[in-house]
Amino acid sequence: MSWIVSDLKRKGILAINKRNADYTLKYNPRRLYPLVDDKLRTKQLALDNGIGVPPLYGVVEVEGQVRRVLENVRDKTDFVIKPAHGSGGEGILVIGGRTNGKFRKASGTIITSEEIRHHVYNTLSGLYSLGGQPDKAIIEYRVQFDPTFEHISYLGVPDIRIIVFLGVPVMSMVRLPTRMSDGKANLHQGAVGAGINIPTGTTISAVWENDIVEEHPDTGYPVVGVTIPNWKDLLEMAAKCHDMTGLGYQGVDIVLDRDMGPLVLELNARPGLNIQIANKAGLLKRLDAVEKHRDSLKSLSDRISFALDNF
Amino acid sequence: MNRVHLYVMAAVLTIAGGGFFLYKAYIVGFPLSYKTETTAWKVEARVTFTAAGKPVKVSLLIPDHQVKGFAILNETFISSGFGIVTTMEKDNRQATWSIRRAAGKQTLYYQSTIELAARSVTTGDSTPPKPKDTTLEGTSLQAAKSLMKEVKKRSADIPSMVAELITQLNRDDPDDNVKLLIGPKPNRKKRMIAASRVLRFSGVPARVVSGIRLRGTTPDFYKNIDLIHWLEVYDGKAWASFSPATGKSPVPEHWFRWCVGAGHPANIEGGDNLRVTFSARPLVEKALSSAVNRAEVSHPSLLKFSLFSLPVSTQAVYRVLLLVPVGAFLLVLLRNVVGIKTFGTFMPVLIALSFRETGLIRGIVIFVVLVALGLGVRFWLEQLKLLVVPRLAAVLIVVVGLMTMLSVMTKALGGHTGLSVALFPMVILTMTIERMSIVVEERGLWEALTSGMGSIICASLAYMVMNIKEVEHLVFVFPELLLVLLAATLMVGRYTGYRLMDLYRFKALAGS
Repeated sequence: MSWIVSDLKRKGILAINKRNADYTLKYNPRRLYPLVDDKLRTKQLALDNGIGVPPLYGVVEVEGQVRRVLENVRDKTDFVIKPAHGSGGEGILVIGGRTNGKFRKASGTIITSEEIRHHVYNTLSGLYSLGGQPDKAIIEYRVQFDPTFEHISYLGVPDIRIIVFLGVPVMSMVRLPTRMSDGKANLHQGAVGAGINIPTGTTISAVWENDIVEEHPDTGYPVVGVTIPNWKDLLEMAAKCHDMTGLGYQGVDIVLDRDMGPLVLELNARPGLNIQIANKAGLLKRLDAVEKHRDSLKSLSDRISFALDNF
Repeated sequence: MNRVHLYVMAAVLTIAGGGFFLYKAYIVGFPLSYKTETTAWKVEARVTFTAAGKPVKVSLLIPDHQVKGFAILNETFISSGFGIVTTMEKDNRQATWSIRRAAGKQTLYYQSTIELAARSVTTGDSTPPKPKDTTLEGTSLQAAKSLMKEVKKRSADIPSMVAELITQLNRDDPDDNVKLLIGPKPNRKKRMIAASRVLRFSGVPARVVSGIRLRGTTPDFYKNIDLIHWLEVYDGKAWASFSPATGKSPVPEHWFRWCVGAGHPANIEGGDNLRVTFSARPLVEKALSSAVNRAEVSHPSLLKFSLFSLPVSTQAVYRVLLLVPVGAFLLVLLRNVVGIKTFGTFMPVLIALSFRETGLIRGIVIFVVLVALGLGVRFWLEQLKLLVVPRLAAVLIVVVGLMTMLSVMTKALGGHTGLSVALFPMVILTMTIERMSIVVEERGLWEALTSGMGSIICASLAYMVMNIKEVEHLVFVFPELLLVLLAATLMVGRYTGYRLMDLYRFKALAGS
């Protein structure tokens, strides 16, 4: 038992108590949380700062609007409905097409417009929001994923998570949906997490269900050695999110769209820790390095080059 | 900076809570265990007399609050129509009953509960003035002088002198001096009076005291206990007692001093046939209740601002309520140090409280049955596509209905008491069912069962801790311990080490 503790310590593995006490509670002032907890505000903020986000089709704020929810997407074949205050990927409905007046979910199952409305009602009454608060439903563009991930993703859209500490990207991974995760990009639901080497933007290791893997479990294509296109742009985008929200420790989720390039999907003020497993590396040493040099890391280019040189 | 602040805060809380706790436990004398028992005695002095149809005034010497080795827990005066005052008369407390007019046989009672070997509330005795006995004259004076000369020759200090004196007075073949001093028909009382006179004559403060023996363990009433007399001598610091038969000091612990002086403890004006009889009965009392009674006298303001001042029914509520922080602290440990997942932060504590009503095994069975049935109903409701609040209300109604049915059925099937599930927190259950069904849908059955099991484990552990009688006793009698608990909680609040579950979670990273 104690050798595990000392081994984890030696590798600088950040665990939940320390993350909360020494990073999120310390560097993320409570008043900034609404900026990232409300995805609508995040979206607006990103647009104001010139950061790409999936285009917004419509918002449902009160029950009375639910009946007309689908009018927002009359001319769209695919779209996403998600709660503004959702967490952990809960309550996200991805529509991939229409058939015979009904809708087809990304997973392939058919859903009626009545069921969509019920989902929106549930969203508004706070079923998916933190603490059960009444919520809003966002209808937005469904990301068309980049061919980079064509062979190593099942159904859903892979997203790239970058942990940004004091404006410096410190660790990153790409989350690849699998059959097991039902197209969702959450590791605990069975998605594959592949750690990305910060200087090069190439995946270096991957984890699936606590096991180290080399290939995508559904497609068999290698998940290690994949290089993310325009990697430096992604790092800059993530670093800019720090200036935008003011949060010292945050997770930036970016998706690569075939046509629009990298888009910020959401920000997270309490990013998860499994990214360390995907990278086979601990966060603490990197966080300590940034904390030590924080005074010399003011400009965006300084921060990016610090990340490229050190991690 | 932040850390220093925290440590100082925790230290202050611990010292304040712990200090007050130690004060109450060791100075005031509240028992640390609910099991602690003390032997107390109910003693009674019964005063009978015949009134002559005139104004009557009866006085009785009664025990002082400051008797070494004893504590008077409470006292009552039973007398119909008599007025009663207590006063201090020289070394004694005296109760005086008076009435304008009384005739015929009258009975008055003085009763008190006395705890043996209690921590004394006595502050030191006041130094008596140096005595000068002038009652000895003529031959008695000569006898006393030569007796003391003899005694002093064979003794080194006051205790050995007193012991020697008592031995001389008790000799089977007393010499003439002794005979002269004691007088005809010698008995113990007379010998003690003689001893005190001789001692006072030679400048040593001494007095005869009267008391009763509190002995025996059967809960019988010991009636008509004889007053016994022994000697008390001031040794320069306090009054030391000497046994009349052996001269041993101090006298046995169960000798209870009733009053100072060898005379009759009662007096009457306006009546005759005055008789006083003493009786006693041992009471085995919970140390707690005697401590409370004692504190009422010794620390009245402390008791006034304690839980014991509340009505008994409210006290019963606080007995349970004060356990919640204990459960909450346990939960803090289980979640932040061990890392067990539960549904709802404090749900297990509330479930644990209801286990107190049902017992552990039965409680778990009821919990699992209710949640399982509730989940069944919840999944069926899912198909109806109800809005959230009505759906929650529907589940709540079903949960209450199920609880009712369960109670009635166990009763009908011969369960001896039916189920006392009144405290089962139905709203908590409803929310648990709702959360669980969502987790099942979104994260799978496995995740839901993990958290469900975590909840049951936490609730069971919390129940086991909260059900320890000693724990309940400690937090109720010493609620200041909550400050210590708070300090510990604050400290865990800054625990940034690994949780036990982290070791499992990151095990892929260890050792590779």
